[in-house]
Parts: sequence; structure tokens; C-alpha cells
Amino acid sequence: MATTTDAGLGERDTTGSPRSRLLGIATLTAVAILGVLAFVLTEADVRIHPETGEEFGQFDAVRMLYVHVPLVVVTYLAYGICAVASVGVLVKRTPWWDVTAHTAAEIGTIFCGLVLVTGSIWGRPVWNTWWEWGDVRLMTTLVLFLMFTGYLALRRITDDPRRQARRAAVVALVAVLDIPLVNRSVEWWENRTLHQRSTLGELKIEDLTLFTLFFGFVTAGLVLAWLFLHRFRVGWLERAAIDHGVATAIVERQSETSGAEVRRSVGEEPEEGFVP
Amino acid sequence: MTHVGYLVAGWGIVVGVLSVYAVRLARRGRALSSLVPNPHRRWLEDRGVDGA
Repeated sequence: MATTTDAGLGERDTTGSPRSRLLGIATLTAVAILGVLAFVLTEADVRIHPETGEEFGQFDAVRMLYVHVPLVVVTYLAYGICAVASVGVLVKRTPWWDVTAHTAAEIGTIFCGLVLVTGSIWGRPVWNTWWEWGDVRLMTTLVLFLMFTGYLALRRITDDPRRQARRAAVVALVAVLDIPLVNRSVEWWENRTLHQRSTLGELKIEDLTLFTLFFGFVTAGLVLAWLFLHRFRVGWLERAAIDHGVATAIVERQSETSGAEVRRSVGEEPEEGFVP
Repeated sequence: MTHVGYLVAGWGIVVGVLSVYAVRLARRGRALSSLVPNPHRRWLEDRGVDGA
């Protein structure tokens, strides 16, 4: 049975806090409500052709869009945060900005990967294809994903944290230039994409469908916030652990050195195994 | 309901990947927290832990 002291220490040894716990509860609740909205309360997309009377539309595959489209928005948001933080890295040069940029890039890349996967799964029943190499939006999204995968790889190949932060910031600022291409591709290259033009801006979708989609944005935002908070704290702790380890090693080294000097001064030999 | 397999795969992958990532973050945070003194963890101030 854990004592009060043990329980207290256990409580401290996490990246959680009362506020982040509330955020976690709100996020899980929102995910559950989104599931009910997407699978129970909203209707499938079934329309009747005015001349032939045949049914057409996305049918139940439309329910995939309640997770796919919000993921796209939070991907943009995460990469936008990464870009702002990368400017902060180059201007301010503090670890806080670097940890923020790294956190946003990692979470954004997970979201971007999920966007590609869910889009592909949605495309199979609706477009009758998993992937279309000639589709401009698919390709620009893939390029975005690969550039940020490169960003994360770059962060692993150098040990100098300052150089690593500066190089990564430059790569992030180049990579985010792809986001306007992804977003505007359906307007700029209308004939080279299977994607339809935005139906959200022109409000061409029904009331509950629109509400569910917006609720999906809120839910995805909560997921992003929870993951961001905890990933930032992990990144901060990684740096603190290195700094703390280095500081501890320096203190131990200094105490070893001073002990050996004292022994020499009184004519004693240093302890066996001591290497100056 | 139509396209059940696609829906289960799509939603399942999203929930699964994000859940696994969240659990890994929590575990990594727990492991690192035990290595680092409290003053490095400002979020402990939420709980009234003074970091001493």
C-alpha cells in the first residue's frame, strides 16, 4: 500500500497538472460527443438525381470527413505555430522557442500523416482510388509531410543544440511555404485535382452536418492543445535532464579534483582510480 | 450503414495513433520527471508544490 509521501511523489513525477487534467477530460468528452454526432445524429450523404431518380452521393463515407477535415485544420495550425516559433528561434535564440517549434512540428507531422491516411481511406469508396499521383492537393500535402519529416530527421543528426535549432528553423520556414499551395491548390489548379472546391466557405452543407464539422474542429483543437502541452513539457524536461546531468557531473568532478589536491598538499597519494 | 470497413479503419487509425502517442508522451514525461529537480518543472506551481 502506498504511503502519503509515496503518493505525493508519484503525483509530482508526471507532466500533468490540474489544468492539463481538466483539458484531458474535456478532450475525451469532446471525442465521445463527436463520435455520437458523426455516427448517430447526422445523416448519410444520399441525394436523388432529379432526372433519373437514382441515389447518388458519398453515403456513409461522408462520416470520415468529420475527422479528416478537422485534422487538416489542426495540421495547418500546428505548422503555423512551428513557423512563428522558428522565427522566434532565429530572432530570440532561446530554448523556449526551439522546444515550441519542435513540439509543433512533431505533432503537426503526426496530424499530417493522419490526414493522408484518412483522405486515402475516404477516397477509395468515393473516388474509387486510394491515391492519385496527378492530384495537386494530394501531392502538395505529401510534400508538406515529407519536408517536416526531414525537419524532424535533421534535428537528430547534429549534437550542437544551437546549430540544430537554427538549421531546423530555416527548414521549417521553407516548409510552411507549402501550406498556401496545399490550401489554394483546388482553386489555382482546378482541373488537376479530384478535390472539390471549398463547400465550407460558401456554406453549402446542411445545419447538423455543419455543426458536426465545427464540433470536429473544436475537438481536434482540444486534442492539439493537450498533446502540445505534454509534448512541450517532455521537450523541456529532456533539456533540463541534460543540463542537470552536466551540472551534476561538473560538481562531482570538482569535488573529486579538490579532494585529490587536498591529499597531494598533505603528502598523500590520490585515491586509486582517480584520473586527473 | 455503408462503407463500415472504411469508417472503422479511418476512425480507428486516428484514435489508435493519437492514443498511442499520448500514452508514450505520458510515460516519457514520467520517466524524465524523476530525473529532473522540481524547480525545472514550472507546471508544479499549479499544485502548490514549491519545488524545494
